[in-house]
Amino acid sequence: MTTQSIRWFWYASPQTFFPLAGKIARVCTLLAIIFSISGLYVGLFVAPTDATQGEAYRIIFIHVPAAWMSMFLYVVMASWAAVGLAMNTRLSAMMARALAPTGALFTFIALWTGSLWGKPTWGTWWVWDARLTSELILLFLYFGFIALQASIDERRRADRAGAVLAIVGVVNVPIIYYSVQWWNTLHQGASVSFTRAPSMAKTMFLGMILMALAFWMYSIAVAMTRVRCMIAEEER
Amino acid sequence: MLWRDLLLAVRRRSDVATALLFFVIVASLFPLGIGAEPERLRSIAPGVIWVAALLSSMLSLARLFAADYADGTLEQMLLGAAPLGVIVAAKSLAHWLVSGLPLVLIAPLIALQYDVAAPLYGVLALSLLLGTPILSLIGAIGAALTLGLRGGGVLISLLVLPLYVPVLILGAGAVAMADAGLSPEGQLLLLGALLIVAAAFAPWATAAALRISSE
Amino acid sequence: MGGYAFYVWGSYGVTFALLAVEVVQLLKRKRETQT
Repeated sequence: MTTQSIRWFWYASPQTFFPLAGKIARVCTLLAIIFSISGLYVGLFVAPTDATQGEAYRIIFIHVPAAWMSMFLYVVMASWAAVGLAMNTRLSAMMARALAPTGALFTFIALWTGSLWGKPTWGTWWVWDARLTSELILLFLYFGFIALQASIDERRRADRAGAVLAIVGVVNVPIIYYSVQWWNTLHQGASVSFTRAPSMAKTMFLGMILMALAFWMYSIAVAMTRVRCMIAEEER
Repeated sequence: MLWRDLLLAVRRRSDVATALLFFVIVASLFPLGIGAEPERLRSIAPGVIWVAALLSSMLSLARLFAADYADGTLEQMLLGAAPLGVIVAAKSLAHWLVSGLPLVLIAPLIALQYDVAAPLYGVLALSLLLGTPILSLIGAIGAALTLGLRGGGVLISLLVLPLYVPVLILGAGAVAMADAGLSPEGQLLLLGALLIVAAAFAPWATAAALRISSE
Repeated sequence: MGGYAFYVWGSYGVTFALLAVEVVQLLKRKRETQT
Protein backbone atom coordinates (compact mmCIF):
# COMPACT_ATOMS: atom_id res chain seq x y z
CA MET A 1 0.00 0.00 0.00
CA THR A 2 1.53 3.27 -1.06
CA THR A 3 1.47 6.39 1.06
CA GLN A 4 -0.89 7.91 -1.52
CA SER A 5 -3.68 5.47 -0.82
CA ILE A 6 -3.18 5.72 2.94
CA ARG A 7 -3.61 9.47 2.77
CA TRP A 8 -6.79 9.08 0.74
CA PHE A 9 -8.55 6.94 3.31
CA TRP A 10 -7.20 9.08 6.09
CA TYR A 11 -9.28 11.97 4.81
CA ALA A 12 -12.37 9.76 4.74
CA SER A 13 -12.65 10.29 8.46
CA PRO A 14 -14.86 13.25 9.27
CA GLN A 15 -12.50 14.52 11.94
CA THR A 16 -9.49 14.68 9.67
CA PHE A 17 -11.51 16.06 6.80
CA PHE A 18 -12.78 18.93 8.94
CA PRO A 19 -9.73 21.22 8.66
CA LEU A 20 -9.21 20.33 5.00
CA ALA A 21 -12.81 21.30 4.24
CA GLY A 22 -12.17 24.63 5.92
CA LYS A 23 -9.15 25.33 3.76
CA ILE A 24 -11.00 24.36 0.58
CA ALA A 25 -13.92 26.58 1.58
CA ARG A 26 -11.69 29.60 2.07
CA VAL A 27 -9.88 29.14 -1.23
CA CYS A 28 -13.07 28.56 -3.17
CA THR A 29 -14.80 31.54 -1.60
CA LEU A 30 -11.99 33.74 -2.86
CA LEU A 31 -12.12 32.16 -6.30
CA ALA A 32 -15.89 32.52 -6.40
CA ILE A 33 -15.61 36.23 -5.72
CA ILE A 34 -12.92 36.70 -8.34
CA PHE A 35 -14.78 34.75 -10.99
CA SER A 36 -18.12 36.37 -10.34
CA ILE A 37 -16.72 39.88 -10.46
CA SER A 38 -14.95 39.20 -13.74
CA GLY A 39 -17.90 37.22 -15.07
CA LEU A 40 -20.37 39.98 -14.26
CA TYR A 41 -18.07 42.57 -15.70
CA VAL A 42 -17.74 40.68 -18.99
CA GLY A 43 -21.40 39.78 -19.06
CA LEU A 44 -22.84 43.16 -18.27
CA PHE A 45 -20.31 45.55 -19.75
CA VAL A 46 -18.03 43.88 -22.26
CA ALA A 47 -20.29 41.52 -24.18
CA PRO A 48 -22.10 43.27 -27.01
CA THR A 49 -25.84 43.71 -27.26
CA ASP A 50 -27.60 40.87 -29.00
CA ALA A 51 -29.01 41.63 -32.44
CA THR A 52 -32.38 39.94 -31.94
CA GLN A 53 -32.95 39.95 -28.21
CA GLY A 54 -31.39 43.21 -27.18
CA GLU A 55 -30.32 43.48 -23.59
CA ALA A 56 -32.69 40.77 -22.41
CA TYR A 57 -30.27 38.07 -23.49
CA ARG A 58 -27.91 39.06 -20.67
CA ILE A 59 -29.94 36.77 -18.44
CA ILE A 60 -28.04 33.98 -20.17
CA PHE A 61 -25.03 34.70 -17.96
CA ILE A 62 -27.01 33.54 -14.96
CA HIS A 63 -29.45 31.13 -16.52
CA VAL A 64 -27.13 28.78 -18.38
CA PRO A 65 -24.44 28.49 -15.68
CA ALA A 66 -27.18 27.90 -13.08
CA ALA A 67 -28.71 25.17 -15.22
CA TRP A 68 -25.31 23.56 -15.72
CA MET A 69 -24.72 23.65 -11.96
CA SER A 70 -28.14 22.19 -11.20
CA MET A 71 -27.40 19.12 -13.30
CA PHE A 72 -23.74 18.83 -12.35
CA LEU A 73 -24.46 19.05 -8.63
CA TYR A 74 -27.15 16.37 -8.89
CA VAL A 75 -24.73 13.95 -10.52
CA VAL A 76 -22.02 14.73 -7.96
CA MET A 77 -24.54 14.37 -5.14
CA ALA A 78 -25.72 11.02 -6.49
CA SER A 79 -22.08 9.91 -6.86
CA TRP A 80 -21.24 10.73 -3.26
CA ALA A 81 -24.43 9.02 -2.13
CA ALA A 82 -23.53 5.93 -4.14
CA VAL A 83 -20.03 5.85 -2.64
CA GLY A 84 -21.52 6.21 0.81
CA LEU A 85 -23.91 3.35 0.16
CA ALA A 86 -21.28 1.06 -1.31
CA MET A 87 -18.44 1.73 1.11
CA ASN A 88 -20.51 2.58 4.16
CA THR A 89 -18.67 5.84 4.78
CA ARG A 90 -20.46 8.53 6.75
CA LEU A 91 -18.55 11.40 5.19
CA SER A 92 -19.61 10.48 1.66
CA ALA A 93 -23.24 10.57 2.70
CA MET A 94 -22.64 13.94 4.38
CA MET A 95 -21.22 15.30 1.15
CA ALA A 96 -24.36 14.28 -0.70
CA ARG A 97 -26.55 15.94 1.90
CA ALA A 98 -24.40 19.05 1.84
CA LEU A 99 -24.82 19.48 -1.91
CA ALA A 100 -28.56 19.00 -2.10
CA PRO A 101 -29.80 22.44 -0.95
CA THR A 102 -27.37 24.28 -3.21
CA GLY A 103 -28.31 22.07 -6.14
CA ALA A 104 -31.98 22.72 -5.55
CA LEU A 105 -31.26 26.43 -5.31
CA PHE A 106 -29.52 26.55 -8.67
CA THR A 107 -32.33 24.54 -10.19
CA PHE A 108 -34.80 27.12 -8.95
CA ILE A 109 -32.60 29.94 -10.22
CA ALA A 110 -32.42 28.30 -13.62
CA LEU A 111 -36.20 28.03 -13.72
CA TRP A 112 -36.76 31.56 -12.45
CA THR A 113 -34.32 33.21 -14.81
CA GLY A 114 -35.56 31.02 -17.64
CA SER A 115 -39.05 32.28 -17.01
CA LEU A 116 -37.95 35.89 -16.88
CA TRP A 117 -36.02 35.38 -20.09
CA GLY A 118 -38.94 33.71 -21.76
CA LYS A 119 -41.39 36.51 -21.10
CA PRO A 120 -39.77 39.20 -23.23
CA THR A 121 -38.43 36.81 -25.85
CA TRP A 122 -41.19 34.21 -26.21
CA GLY A 123 -44.00 36.32 -24.83
CA THR A 124 -44.85 33.89 -22.07
CA TRP A 125 -43.71 33.16 -18.52
CA TRP A 126 -43.73 29.42 -18.95
CA VAL A 127 -43.42 27.00 -21.80
CA TRP A 128 -43.39 23.22 -21.66
CA ASP A 129 -40.05 23.23 -23.41
CA ALA A 130 -37.99 20.06 -23.00
CA ARG A 131 -35.36 21.81 -20.93
CA LEU A 132 -37.68 23.78 -18.67
CA THR A 133 -39.87 20.75 -18.01
CA SER A 134 -36.95 18.46 -17.21
CA GLU A 135 -35.47 21.17 -15.03
CA LEU A 136 -38.74 21.41 -13.12
CA ILE A 137 -38.72 17.67 -12.54
CA LEU A 138 -35.08 17.92 -11.43
CA LEU A 139 -36.26 20.37 -8.78
CA PHE A 140 -38.77 17.77 -7.59
CA LEU A 141 -36.02 15.16 -7.50
CA TYR A 142 -33.94 17.41 -5.24
CA PHE A 143 -36.96 18.12 -3.02
CA GLY A 144 -37.67 14.40 -2.78
CA PHE A 145 -34.10 13.68 -1.71
CA ILE A 146 -34.16 16.42 0.91
CA ALA A 147 -37.64 15.51 2.14
CA LEU A 148 -36.84 11.81 2.46
CA GLN A 149 -33.70 12.48 4.49
CA ALA A 150 -35.58 14.96 6.66
CA SER A 151 -38.35 12.51 7.47
CA ILE A 152 -36.12 9.66 8.63
CA ASP A 153 -34.83 10.17 12.13
CA GLU A 154 -32.20 7.47 12.14
CA ARG A 155 -29.14 8.88 10.41
CA ARG A 156 -27.88 5.68 8.85
CA ARG A 157 -31.21 4.70 7.37
CA ALA A 158 -31.70 8.24 6.08
CA ASP A 159 -28.34 8.26 4.33
CA ARG A 160 -28.85 4.89 2.71
CA ALA A 161 -32.46 5.51 1.67
CA GLY A 162 -31.45 8.86 0.22
CA ALA A 163 -28.67 7.16 -1.70
CA VAL A 164 -31.05 4.68 -3.33
CA LEU A 165 -33.37 7.53 -4.26
CA ALA A 166 -30.56 9.67 -5.67
CA ILE A 167 -29.23 6.80 -7.76
CA VAL A 168 -32.65 5.93 -9.16
CA GLY A 169 -33.13 9.62 -9.88
CA VAL A 170 -29.86 10.02 -11.71
CA VAL A 171 -30.69 7.08 -13.93
CA ASN A 172 -34.01 8.71 -14.65
CA VAL A 173 -32.72 12.15 -15.61
CA PRO A 174 -31.71 11.30 -19.18
CA ILE A 175 -34.96 9.37 -19.59
CA ILE A 176 -36.92 12.39 -18.46
CA TYR A 177 -35.03 14.68 -20.77
CA TYR A 178 -35.44 12.52 -23.84
CA SER A 179 -39.06 11.70 -23.21
CA VAL A 180 -39.90 15.36 -22.85
CA GLN A 181 -37.89 16.23 -25.93
CA TRP A 182 -39.72 13.52 -27.84
CA TRP A 183 -43.04 14.77 -26.58
CA ASN A 184 -42.15 18.30 -27.50
CA THR A 185 -41.05 17.66 -31.07
CA LEU A 186 -44.26 15.77 -31.72
CA HIS A 187 -46.48 18.47 -30.34
CA GLN A 188 -44.49 21.15 -32.09
CA GLY A 189 -43.60 22.90 -28.90
CA ALA A 190 -41.27 25.84 -28.66
CA SER A 191 -38.75 25.34 -31.42
CA VAL A 192 -36.35 27.92 -30.12
CA SER A 193 -33.34 26.49 -28.41
CA PHE A 194 -31.80 28.59 -25.69
CA THR A 195 -28.23 27.85 -26.52
CA ARG A 196 -28.56 28.04 -30.25
CA ALA A 197 -26.95 31.41 -30.51
CA PRO A 198 -25.40 30.50 -33.87
CA SER A 199 -22.35 32.64 -33.86
CA MET A 200 -22.00 33.36 -30.19
CA ALA A 201 -19.60 36.21 -29.70
CA LYS A 202 -16.46 35.13 -27.88
CA THR A 203 -17.15 37.58 -25.10
CA MET A 204 -20.60 36.08 -24.52
CA PHE A 205 -19.06 32.65 -24.24
CA LEU A 206 -16.36 33.95 -21.92
CA GLY A 207 -18.94 35.57 -19.70
CA MET A 208 -20.86 32.32 -19.42
CA ILE A 209 -17.77 30.31 -18.60
CA LEU A 210 -16.65 32.79 -15.95
CA MET A 211 -20.07 32.77 -14.28
CA ALA A 212 -20.12 28.97 -14.47
CA LEU A 213 -16.76 28.85 -12.70
CA ALA A 214 -18.03 31.37 -10.17
CA PHE A 215 -21.08 29.23 -9.38
CA TRP A 216 -18.93 26.13 -9.22
CA MET A 217 -16.48 27.64 -6.73
CA TYR A 218 -19.42 29.01 -4.75
CA SER A 219 -21.00 25.54 -4.63
CA ILE A 220 -17.81 23.95 -3.37
CA ALA A 221 -17.32 26.64 -0.72
CA VAL A 222 -20.91 26.32 0.48
CA ALA A 223 -20.84 22.51 0.45
CA MET A 224 -17.57 22.42 2.40
CA THR A 225 -18.93 24.83 5.00
CA ARG A 226 -22.12 22.84 5.29
CA VAL A 227 -20.21 19.59 5.72
CA ARG A 228 -18.18 21.19 8.48
CA CYS A 229 -21.40 22.17 10.22
CA MET A 230 -22.70 18.62 9.86
CA ILE A 231 -19.49 17.14 11.24
CA ALA A 232 -19.61 19.50 14.19
CA GLU A 233 -23.27 18.69 14.81
CA GLU A 234 -23.17 14.95 14.38
CA GLU A 235 -19.72 13.71 15.22
CA ARG A 236 -19.48 14.45 18.85
CA MET B 1 -45.96 -15.77 -2.96
CA LEU B 2 -47.85 -14.24 -5.82
CA TRP B 3 -50.77 -16.52 -5.21
CA ARG B 4 -50.87 -15.51 -1.55
CA ASP B 5 -50.89 -11.81 -2.37
CA LEU B 6 -53.55 -12.28 -4.97
CA LEU B 7 -55.71 -14.20 -2.55
CA LEU B 8 -55.29 -11.47 0.01
CA ALA B 9 -56.12 -8.83 -2.55
CA VAL B 10 -59.19 -10.62 -3.73
CA ARG B 11 -60.43 -10.96 -0.18
CA ARG B 12 -59.82 -7.28 0.33
CA ARG B 13 -62.01 -6.55 -2.62
CA SER B 14 -62.47 -3.10 -1.26
CA ASP B 15 -58.93 -2.24 -2.33
CA VAL B 16 -59.68 -2.99 -5.94
CA ALA B 17 -62.88 -1.05 -5.69
CA THR B 18 -61.15 1.90 -4.04
CA ALA B 19 -58.53 2.23 -6.74
CA LEU B 20 -61.12 1.88 -9.45
CA LEU B 21 -63.54 4.29 -7.85
CA PHE B 22 -60.84 6.89 -7.33
CA PHE B 23 -59.86 6.60 -10.97
CA VAL B 24 -63.41 7.05 -12.16
CA ILE B 25 -64.09 9.96 -9.80
CA VAL B 26 -60.96 11.87 -10.76
CA ALA B 27 -61.66 11.37 -14.44
CA SER B 28 -65.20 12.57 -13.91
CA LEU B 29 -64.14 15.70 -12.06
CA PHE B 30 -62.39 17.27 -14.98
CA PRO B 31 -65.40 17.84 -17.23
CA LEU B 32 -67.17 19.33 -14.23
CA GLY B 33 -64.30 21.66 -13.54
CA ILE B 34 -63.28 22.55 -17.07
CA GLY B 35 -66.63 22.59 -18.78
CA ALA B 36 -68.15 19.83 -20.86
CA GLU B 37 -67.30 21.13 -24.31
CA PRO B 38 -66.94 17.98 -26.44
CA GLU B 39 -64.05 19.26 -28.51
CA ARG B 40 -62.01 20.21 -25.51
CA LEU B 41 -62.83 17.03 -23.62
CA ARG B 42 -61.75 14.93 -26.54
CA SER B 43 -58.39 16.63 -26.67
CA ILE B 44 -57.66 16.42 -22.95
CA ALA B 45 -58.98 12.88 -22.53
CA PRO B 46 -55.70 10.95 -22.94
CA GLY B 47 -53.91 13.24 -20.50
CA VAL B 48 -56.70 13.20 -17.95
CA ILE B 49 -57.11 9.45 -18.03
CA TRP B 50 -53.39 8.97 -17.69
CA VAL B 51 -53.09 11.43 -14.80
CA ALA B 52 -55.99 9.72 -13.07
CA ALA B 53 -54.24 6.38 -13.49
CA LEU B 54 -51.07 7.86 -12.03
CA LEU B 55 -52.83 9.30 -9.01
CA SER B 56 -54.75 6.11 -8.43
CA SER B 57 -51.55 4.09 -8.53
CA MET B 58 -49.80 6.45 -6.11
CA LEU B 59 -52.71 6.23 -3.73
CA SER B 60 -52.42 2.49 -3.27
CA LEU B 61 -48.65 2.42 -2.95
CA ALA B 62 -48.53 3.19 0.75
CA ARG B 63 -50.30 -0.06 1.49
CA LEU B 64 -47.97 -2.18 -0.61
CA PHE B 65 -45.64 -3.22 2.16
CA ALA B 66 -47.37 -1.78 5.20
CA ALA B 67 -49.37 -4.87 6.10
CA ASP B 68 -46.38 -7.19 5.82
CA TYR B 69 -44.26 -4.78 7.81
CA ALA B 70 -46.85 -4.63 10.57
CA ASP B 71 -47.37 -8.32 11.05
CA GLY B 72 -43.76 -9.38 10.72
CA THR B 73 -44.06 -11.13 7.39
CA LEU B 74 -41.61 -8.68 5.91
CA GLU B 75 -38.89 -9.73 8.33
CA GLN B 76 -39.44 -13.32 7.32
CA MET B 77 -39.17 -12.39 3.68
CA LEU B 78 -35.89 -10.64 4.36
CA LEU B 79 -34.48 -13.62 6.18
CA GLY B 80 -35.98 -16.22 3.92
CA ALA B 81 -34.38 -18.31 1.23
CA ALA B 82 -36.26 -16.88 -1.71
CA PRO B 83 -34.40 -14.01 -3.39
CA LEU B 84 -35.92 -10.74 -2.23
CA GLY B 85 -35.98 -9.36 -5.76
CA VAL B 86 -38.29 -12.14 -6.89
CA ILE B 87 -40.59 -11.62 -3.93
CA VAL B 88 -40.76 -7.93 -4.67
CA ALA B 89 -41.50 -8.59 -8.31
CA ALA B 90 -44.34 -10.84 -7.27
CA LYS B 91 -45.72 -8.18 -4.94
CA SER B 92 -45.49 -5.58 -7.66
CA LEU B 93 -47.34 -7.87 -10.01
CA ALA B 94 -50.04 -8.43 -7.42
CA HIS B 95 -50.29 -4.67 -6.89
CA TRP B 96 -50.70 -4.15 -10.61
CA LEU B 97 -53.32 -6.85 -10.95
CA VAL B 98 -55.31 -5.19 -8.22
CA SER B 99 -54.87 -1.52 -9.03
CA GLY B 100 -53.48 -1.28 -12.55
CA LEU B 101 -55.26 -3.89 -14.62
CA PRO B 102 -58.75 -2.80 -13.55
CA LEU B 103 -57.90 0.68 -14.80
CA VAL B 104 -56.91 -0.72 -18.18
CA LEU B 105 -60.22 -2.50 -18.40
CA ILE B 106 -62.37 0.42 -17.33
CA ALA B 107 -60.51 3.08 -19.33
CA PRO B 108 -62.62 2.61 -22.48
CA LEU B 109 -65.68 3.52 -20.42
CA ILE B 110 -64.03 6.73 -19.30
CA ALA B 111 -62.97 7.39 -22.88
CA LEU B 112 -66.61 7.02 -23.83
CA GLN B 113 -67.49 9.69 -21.30
CA TYR B 114 -65.02 11.97 -23.01
CA ASP B 115 -66.35 11.16 -26.43
CA VAL B 116 -63.02 9.85 -27.59
CA ALA B 117 -63.05 8.46 -31.10
CA ALA B 118 -63.51 4.67 -31.08
CA PRO B 119 -60.29 3.69 -32.90
CA LEU B 120 -58.29 5.32 -30.11
CA TYR B 121 -59.63 2.99 -27.45
CA GLY B 122 -57.15 0.33 -28.49
CA VAL B 123 -54.14 2.60 -28.27
CA LEU B 124 -55.35 3.96 -24.94
CA ALA B 125 -55.82 0.51 -23.48
CA LEU B 126 -52.49 -0.68 -24.82
CA SER B 127 -50.62 2.34 -23.49
CA LEU B 128 -52.18 1.80 -20.06
CA LEU B 129 -51.48 -1.91 -20.26
CA LEU B 130 -47.80 -1.23 -20.83
CA GLY B 131 -47.58 1.77 -18.55
CA THR B 132 -49.43 0.79 -15.38
CA PRO B 133 -47.08 -2.11 -14.58
CA ILE B 134 -44.20 0.35 -14.82
CA LEU B 135 -46.01 2.53 -12.31
CA SER B 136 -46.39 -0.43 -9.95
CA LEU B 137 -42.75 -1.43 -10.30
CA ILE B 138 -41.35 2.06 -9.81
CA GLY B 139 -43.88 2.89 -7.13
CA ALA B 140 -42.69 -0.09 -5.12
CA ILE B 141 -39.31 1.61 -4.76
CA GLY B 142 -40.98 4.64 -3.22
CA ALA B 143 -43.13 2.48 -0.97
CA ALA B 144 -40.09 0.56 0.26
CA LEU B 145 -38.06 3.69 0.94
CA THR B 146 -40.80 5.32 3.01
CA LEU B 147 -41.84 2.24 4.97
CA GLY B 148 -43.12 3.20 8.38
CA LEU B 149 -42.45 6.92 7.98
CA ARG B 150 -44.74 9.71 9.08
CA GLY B 151 -44.89 11.53 5.76
CA GLY B 152 -47.02 8.78 4.36
CA GLY B 153 -48.74 9.13 1.05
CA VAL B 154 -47.58 12.65 0.33
CA LEU B 155 -43.93 11.75 0.73
CA ILE B 156 -44.29 8.74 -1.55
CA SER B 157 -45.97 10.91 -4.16
CA LEU B 158 -43.17 13.46 -4.04
CA LEU B 159 -40.53 10.76 -4.45
CA VAL B 160 -42.27 8.82 -7.13
CA LEU B 161 -43.77 11.61 -9.24
CA PRO B 162 -40.56 12.60 -11.07
CA LEU B 163 -40.01 8.97 -11.90
CA TYR B 164 -43.54 8.59 -13.24
CA VAL B 165 -43.33 11.54 -15.61
CA PRO B 166 -41.70 9.77 -18.59
CA VAL B 167 -44.37 7.06 -18.43
CA LEU B 168 -47.09 9.71 -18.40
CA ILE B 169 -45.55 11.56 -21.32
CA LEU B 170 -45.14 8.45 -23.42
CA GLY B 171 -48.53 7.01 -22.52
CA ALA B 172 -50.61 10.10 -23.12
CA GLY B 173 -48.40 10.92 -26.07
CA ALA B 174 -49.16 7.63 -27.76
CA VAL B 175 -52.87 8.32 -27.70
CA ALA B 176 -52.37 11.91 -28.82
CA MET B 177 -50.30 10.71 -31.76
CA ALA B 178 -52.98 8.25 -32.80
CA ASP B 179 -55.50 11.02 -32.47
CA ALA B 180 -53.49 13.18 -34.83
CA GLY B 181 -53.49 10.40 -37.37
CA LEU B 182 -49.86 9.49 -36.84
CA SER B 183 -48.46 6.19 -35.67
CA PRO B 184 -48.13 5.69 -31.91
CA GLU B 185 -45.57 2.98 -32.53
CA GLY B 186 -42.62 4.98 -31.23
CA GLN B 187 -44.19 5.78 -27.87
CA LEU B 188 -45.55 2.29 -27.40
CA LEU B 189 -42.22 0.69 -28.19
CA LEU B 190 -40.50 3.01 -25.75
CA LEU B 191 -43.09 2.17 -23.13
CA GLY B 192 -42.40 -1.49 -23.75
CA ALA B 193 -38.69 -0.87 -23.39
CA LEU B 194 -39.24 1.05 -20.15
CA LEU B 195 -41.35 -1.83 -18.88
CA ILE B 196 -38.59 -4.32 -19.55
CA VAL B 197 -35.98 -2.10 -17.93
CA ALA B 198 -38.20 -1.42 -14.94
CA ALA B 199 -39.00 -5.11 -14.53
CA ALA B 200 -35.30 -5.91 -14.60
CA PHE B 201 -34.04 -3.22 -12.22
CA ALA B 202 -36.84 -1.87 -10.06
CA PRO B 203 -37.35 -5.02 -7.94
CA TRP B 204 -33.65 -5.00 -7.18
CA ALA B 205 -33.75 -1.35 -6.08
CA THR B 206 -36.92 -2.04 -4.07
CA ALA B 207 -35.27 -5.00 -2.35
CA ALA B 208 -32.30 -2.83 -1.40
CA ALA B 209 -34.70 -0.18 -0.10
CA LEU B 210 -36.60 -2.77 1.94
CA ARG B 211 -33.43 -3.94 3.62
CA ILE B 212 -32.49 -0.36 4.39
CA SER B 213 -35.90 0.41 5.80
CA SER B 214 -36.07 -2.63 8.03
CA GLU B 215 -32.77 -2.47 9.82
CA MET C 1 -31.03 47.66 -20.26
CA GLY C 2 -32.88 48.58 -23.42
CA GLY C 3 -36.28 48.40 -21.75
CA TYR C 4 -35.72 44.95 -20.34
CA ALA C 5 -34.49 46.23 -17.01
CA PHE C 6 -37.26 44.49 -15.09
CA TYR C 7 -36.38 41.08 -16.47
CA VAL C 8 -32.63 41.38 -16.34
CA TRP C 9 -32.43 42.90 -12.88
CA GLY C 10 -35.26 40.70 -11.72
CA SER C 11 -33.12 37.73 -12.68
CA TYR C 12 -29.80 38.94 -11.34
CA GLY C 13 -31.43 40.39 -8.26
CA VAL C 14 -33.34 37.30 -7.21
CA THR C 15 -30.34 35.10 -7.95
CA PHE C 16 -27.93 37.01 -5.78
CA ALA C 17 -30.55 37.55 -3.10
CA LEU C 18 -31.15 33.80 -2.86
CA LEU C 19 -27.44 33.05 -2.82
CA ALA C 20 -27.03 35.64 -0.07
CA VAL C 21 -29.84 34.00 1.92
CA GLU C 22 -28.14 30.64 1.60
CA VAL C 23 -24.83 32.08 2.77
CA VAL C 24 -26.40 33.92 5.70
CA GLN C 25 -28.28 30.79 6.79
CA LEU C 26 -25.11 28.76 6.56
CA LEU C 27 -23.07 31.26 8.55
CA LYS C 28 -25.74 31.30 11.22
CA ARG C 29 -25.64 27.53 11.38
CA LYS C 30 -21.86 27.63 11.59
CA ARG C 31 -22.00 30.10 14.44
CA GLU C 32 -24.39 27.82 16.31
CA THR C 33 -22.03 24.86 16.05
CA GLN C 34 -19.30 26.87 17.63
CA THR C 35 -21.19 27.47 20.86
